[in-house]
Amino acid sequence: MTEVNIRKSPAKFSIPKISSNVWKVWRRNADVFTKTIGVNFLPSMLEPILYLFAFGLGLGNFIPEINGAPFINFIAPALVAISLMNGAFFECTYGSFVRMYFQKTFDAIVATPISIEEVVAGELLWGATRGTINSTIVLAVVGISGFFTAQPLITSPLFLLIPIIAFFGGLMLSSIAMCFTALSPNIDFFNYPIFLLITPMLFLSGTFFPLSSLPHAVQGLALTALPLTHIVNLTRGALTGTTELLFGLNTQTLIPLSILWITLIAAIFFIVSINLMKKRLTK
Amino acid sequence: MVFVLCFFGVGFINGCLCLAAVEWIVFSNKNVREVLIKATKLTKRYGGFVAVDGVDFEVYRGECVGFLGPNGAGKTTTVRMMYCFLPPTSGDLTVAGLSVNSKCREIKQIVGVAPQEDNLDIDFSVVKNLVVYARYFGISKPEALRRAEEQLRFFQLQEKRDMHIEALSTGMKRRLIFARALLHNPQVLLLDEPTTGLDPQARHLVWDAVRQLKKMQVTIILTTHYMDEAEILCDRIIIVDHGKIIEDGKPKELIKKHIGEDVLELDYDEAYISLLRQTFSDARVEVIGERMQVFTSEPYSVFEGFLHTHRLPNVTLRKANLEDVFLKLTGRDLRADD
Repeated sequence: MTEVNIRKSPAKFSIPKISSNVWKVWRRNADVFTKTIGVNFLPSMLEPILYLFAFGLGLGNFIPEINGAPFINFIAPALVAISLMNGAFFECTYGSFVRMYFQKTFDAIVATPISIEEVVAGELLWGATRGTINSTIVLAVVGISGFFTAQPLITSPLFLLIPIIAFFGGLMLSSIAMCFTALSPNIDFFNYPIFLLITPMLFLSGTFFPLSSLPHAVQGLALTALPLTHIVNLTRGALTGTTELLFGLNTQTLIPLSILWITLIAAIFFIVSINLMKKRLTK
Repeated sequence: MVFVLCFFGVGFINGCLCLAAVEWIVFSNKNVREVLIKATKLTKRYGGFVAVDGVDFEVYRGECVGFLGPNGAGKTTTVRMMYCFLPPTSGDLTVAGLSVNSKCREIKQIVGVAPQEDNLDIDFSVVKNLVVYARYFGISKPEALRRAEEQLRFFQLQEKRDMHIEALSTGMKRRLIFARALLHNPQVLLLDEPTTGLDPQARHLVWDAVRQLKKMQVTIILTTHYMDEAEILCDRIIIVDHGKIIEDGKPKELIKKHIGEDVLELDYDEAYISLLRQTFSDARVEVIGERMQVFTSEPYSVFEGFLHTHRLPNVTLRKANLEDVFLKLTGRDLRADD
C-alpha cells in the first residue's frame, strides 16, 4: 500500500520565490508596449498639457500665489505624481486583468518553466515601469512648459531622481492594484477601487490645492492612508526642493517619512498581491 | 537410441535457444518500457466535487496514450496536473521521476503543452508568438527564430507568419498552439483535444505530426472525443469516467474484449429480437432510437449465414470500433459540459 499524502492547502501564504524569469514576463509586456508606442505615448503627453492649460493657466489666473509661487507651479509636481499613479494602477488592474482573464496569457506562460509568482512579479515590475515612463514624459512636458511660464516649473536639480521615485512609487501602486485584480470577480469591479481610492487620492493628496489648508485630522488621515500623498511629497520635493508643511512636519521630516512609508507599503503589498494572485490562479 | 538422443539433444538446444530468445525479448522490453509518468492514488478535489478519484496509471517512454472519457470525466484535470497547472489534492504524480509537488520548473522544461483552450498571445503576430514563447524557456533569439520558422513550415503556417492572431481560423490557431508546444523539443507532449474544430485536412496534418513525434520517441498524452483518432494514433487507451479509470489497454484488445469483431446494425423491429437471440447465442442487442445493434463474439461466417437466410431491410454489417467500447462502458447518457 502506498501512503496517501494529503497536501496542505496549495496556496499557503509565503514569501514568493522569484528568479530572473520575471524579466521575461516584463519583456513580453515591454514588447507589446513598444509595438504600440504611438497610442501609448501621445495620450500620456497630451494629458498633462491639458491639465497645465486648464488648471495652471485657466483656473490659475483666479487663484493667488501658493507659498510665494503661481498656482501652476503648485500643481506641476502633482501632475508627475498623478501620471505615475494612473500608469501603474491601470496597468495592473485593467491591463493585468485582461491578460489574466480574457487573453489567458498567464495560463500560457505558466506552462513554461516560469512560475505564477514570477508572472505576477513581472507584471508588477512592468506596472512600475509604466508609471516611470508616464511620469518621465510628464516631467519632460512640465520642464519644457516651464520656459513659457512666469517662473520655471522645475527649480531643483533633484528632479533627476524622478524616475527612481516613480519606479518605487509605481511598484507600490501596482502591488495595491494587483490585490484588487486578484479579488475582482469581473472587470466592472474595478469601479470600486477607482471611486473609493483613486479619485479621492486624485484630489485629497495635496495635488490641486494645498493639503495643509485642510484640518489637521484630514492631513493626518492623508498621510496615513493615501499613498499618493507620499508620492506627491517626493515629486514636489524633487521638483521644487520643498514639500508642504503637513501635520506639523516639515520637508526634512516628511521626505524620509514618505520614503519609508512607500518602501514599507510597497514591500507588504508586493508580497500580499503575489500571494492573492497565486491563490486565485491555483485551484 | 542414438537417434533418440540426437532428437532430445536438438530439442534441448532448441529449447535453450527459445528460452534465450524469450529472455532477450523480455529483457529488451524492460529496457524500452521505462516508466515516464506515474500516478499513484492521484486525486483532485474541488470542494466537495471529486474530479479525479484516486487513479493509478503508468505511461512508458515513447508511448502514445489516449485519455478518453465523457465531458467532466476528469481527463483535462489529469492532464493539467501533469504540468503543474493544478496541484493534486492527494496522491503522487511523477514525470520523468520528478514530483509535480516539488519539481515543477524541471518538469515544465521537458513537457510541451497544447491546451484545449486558445491562449495564444493576441498582442503578437504568429511568428512573434513563437519567439516570445521560446524566450520563456530561455532559448536565445536566433535559435528561437530558427525553430519558429521550422515549426511554421511543418504546420504549413509560413504564409501566416506575420498575421495577427485574430485573423487566424480555428484550425490555424490549433496548429499554432501545437507548434508552440514543440519549440523546446519536449520529451513529453500533452495534447488536450488537439483536433477539436479542425477540418479534415488540418486533422490529418496534426495526425502526421503526432506520428512523426512518436517516431522520435516523444511520449504523448492525448485527450480526444474522436474515437477514430484515438484508435489510429494511440498505442494504449485509458478510459475514464467520474474521475476513475474504468478501462486501460490497447485499442484492438479493448474492442475484442468488450465488443468482438463485428457489429450488425438493423432497423428496430420487436419481431427480430427473438430471431437474433436464436442465431447469436451470446448476443447483446441494443436499441438506439429507430435502430438496433447486435454485439456478439460469433465469427463473421455466422453473420453472413444469417444475412443470407434472412433478407432484412436496411442491414449493415460493420467492424466493431472503439466508439462501441466507449459507449458500452460509459453509457449513452449526455453529460454536462465540463
